[in-house]
Amino acid sequence: MLTGFLEALFNGISIGAVLLIAALGLAIIFGLMGVINMAHGELMMFGAYTTFVVQNACKELGGVWFEFYIFLALIAAFLFTAVVGLILERGVIRYLYGRPLETLLATWGVSLIFQQFVRSVNWLLVIGIFLFCLLFFGGLKILNSRNILGKIRNWVVAVLLLLSLGMTIGTGNLLSNRQVVTQPWFGAQNVDVTAPNWLQEGISLGGVQLPFARLFIIALTIVCVAGIYLFLQRSNWGLRIRAVTQNRSMSACLGIPTQRVDAITFALGSGLAGVAGCAISLLGSVGPNTGQNYIIDTFMVVVVGGVGNLAGTILAALGIGTANFLIGSGTLAFLLSPIQPLADLLNFFATTSMAKVLVFALIIVFLQWKPGGIFPQKGRTVDI
Amino acid sequence: MKKKGGQLILIEVGVVIAIALILILIMPAMLSAFRLNLLGRFLSLAIVGLGLDLIWGYTGLLSLGHGIFFSLGGYAIAMYLKLQIPSGELPDFMELYGVTELPWFWQPFYSFPVATVAVVLIPGLLAGLLGYLVFRNRLKGVYFSILTQAAVIIFFNFFNGQQQLFNGTNGLTGFRTLFGANVSDTQTQFIFYTLTVIFLAATYGICRWLTSGRFGRLLIAIRDDESRVRFSGYNPTEFKVLVFAVSGAIAGIAGAFYTLQSGSVSPRSMDIAFSIEMVIWVAVGGRATLTGAIVGTLLVNYARTFLSEQFAEIWLFFQGALFLIVVTVLPDGIMGWLKNQKMPLFNRRQQIATYPTLEEDPEVQNERQNLGN
Repeated sequence: MLTGFLEALFNGISIGAVLLIAALGLAIIFGLMGVINMAHGELMMFGAYTTFVVQNACKELGGVWFEFYIFLALIAAFLFTAVVGLILERGVIRYLYGRPLETLLATWGVSLIFQQFVRSVNWLLVIGIFLFCLLFFGGLKILNSRNILGKIRNWVVAVLLLLSLGMTIGTGNLLSNRQVVTQPWFGAQNVDVTAPNWLQEGISLGGVQLPFARLFIIALTIVCVAGIYLFLQRSNWGLRIRAVTQNRSMSACLGIPTQRVDAITFALGSGLAGVAGCAISLLGSVGPNTGQNYIIDTFMVVVVGGVGNLAGTILAALGIGTANFLIGSGTLAFLLSPIQPLADLLNFFATTSMAKVLVFALIIVFLQWKPGGIFPQKGRTVDI
Repeated sequence: MKKKGGQLILIEVGVVIAIALILILIMPAMLSAFRLNLLGRFLSLAIVGLGLDLIWGYTGLLSLGHGIFFSLGGYAIAMYLKLQIPSGELPDFMELYGVTELPWFWQPFYSFPVATVAVVLIPGLLAGLLGYLVFRNRLKGVYFSILTQAAVIIFFNFFNGQQQLFNGTNGLTGFRTLFGANVSDTQTQFIFYTLTVIFLAATYGICRWLTSGRFGRLLIAIRDDESRVRFSGYNPTEFKVLVFAVSGAIAGIAGAFYTLQSGSVSPRSMDIAFSIEMVIWVAVGGRATLTGAIVGTLLVNYARTFLSEQFAEIWLFFQGALFLIVVTVLPDGIMGWLKNQKMPLFNRRQQIATYPTLEEDPEVQNERQNLGN
């Protein structure tokens, strides 16, 4: 019985570890800019798909490449999602600062686009997007530099938009009868990432099975948390980020480039989502809906943990991950079997989906007691 | 002054009644039964749009959980329809899962009055309770949105997981009779359609009444600066709970009519995506304008039907783009934009707002742009 409990605890902690990496990014972004990034789950999905791509590339190379592709994939996932996050911040979110609800909706729109993008991405789409950006933004740049816009600006932009859209669609139609360009890269089905051989084994510690994949995830989380901690506490940009989080306008007055801080933070948070995506690809198959499965739990971690606090986020992530697993796997019900009514109640919730119901109820109860999270922000100006 | 206000209200009532009459009398002659059913469904969705506008547009609380209340209304009426069977028998799916006795909470749904009251009361009370637990602690803004969204997931999981009680993923479907008439009959469906139109008009009336008086001004004050309202001696929590409950009840009515016309209810309407989609209907039409909620709902849903008939894949791209465009370029929605264009027809009633917050003040924004910060 004890081994069963320990095993469940271990599994719960490893799920909590994934939540933690994801929530870390979300919490930093939320703490700094007050932005809830609904596309965070999709950035995780991008990280998972990057892992898939890197895996396939390394499979071609074979041998030692395939054994250690996971490290390459981690770096690639981090970089790729960081760049996507940077584009997102520069392209959309920076226009919406100070309007958190609008940002929430806009990022939800982005997440819808990302989901469908993964389903239907092919060379045609990539060529189309590239062409459109070249025509539209290039044209805009030329027009801006000539300084001829002024009053008729809106009309010029509209015409330019229509023109470049038309040209893109025209090119698309020309190319659309070739198989090579219309073949989807991933399609709507889930894809599977095979872990390298050394990650597929596990060790047995006093009867408790510890798979290496989950140990790896826990180690990865520790590295990420330590890295973020060092970055925030020891580096120059970390100092700036902390300053802006505490008081944006005062930091701006003192010459901290807040816009650049925002962009860097957003890229960092997105990169962490990519790393989390790499981790979840080790736990199961990856599909266009992967992000949606994790996003709510991640939000809950941020709400329970309190804003702008690493320790709160860590506690909340581990707590929620473990609680979900312990209740969902029925371990807790089994442990409490001496107390019959409580065990019956817990048995009712002993599936993965029903466990979430109970955990949410517990979170609501918790928020009645501590509305600001585990470690609430203190001070006179705090207004959540 | 007062007399002129009275006249304007009379005109508005007249316009609403005229539109309702057009919808009831003329539309059936112009549209096929299928299209009329579609219009009826969209009109019932417009009811939920009105409810959402009340809480988002006027009170500034972005609820991402209206799918729950919508579906609960739908389930309430569907349970009544499911029990239109000889007494002693069980609904068909229950026998499939080996249930021998009707669960206790199904029992009251034998009676029509209980079912209709439940359509309004269950979502209303649930919204009130959830609102009370959240607002009591002054959780607001994105916290409220996230919690309502989590609540959607919870209810989705609950209804999805309970195969024996609610038929799980498949939901309740296959209704046969209501008061002896066949539910899927064209004649019966036309009655449902007429009722939908009447309820839409009534809901519009209620929302208009709620938002135009002192209560409405208070809601807007809460939206613009809750702390000031509190310092003025009001308790915003009570008002927020009340308006959230009303909004939930309205969503329940909408769900019931939607279920009657679509012939099924399933946990899919508690999907996160559907609940957020409702927000975009209101945003497209223009929040804090009641007509906008209706117009937006109809427009987006027709666009959706049209686009997914033509190209299924493009809809998600299009929907995502719609979110982006409305939020960035057209924050006031279509109706708000028309009002801003100073068109005499739409500029009758001044939109109420207390004062812009610092972040939205155009002068402050302008300064920031110029300073590069």
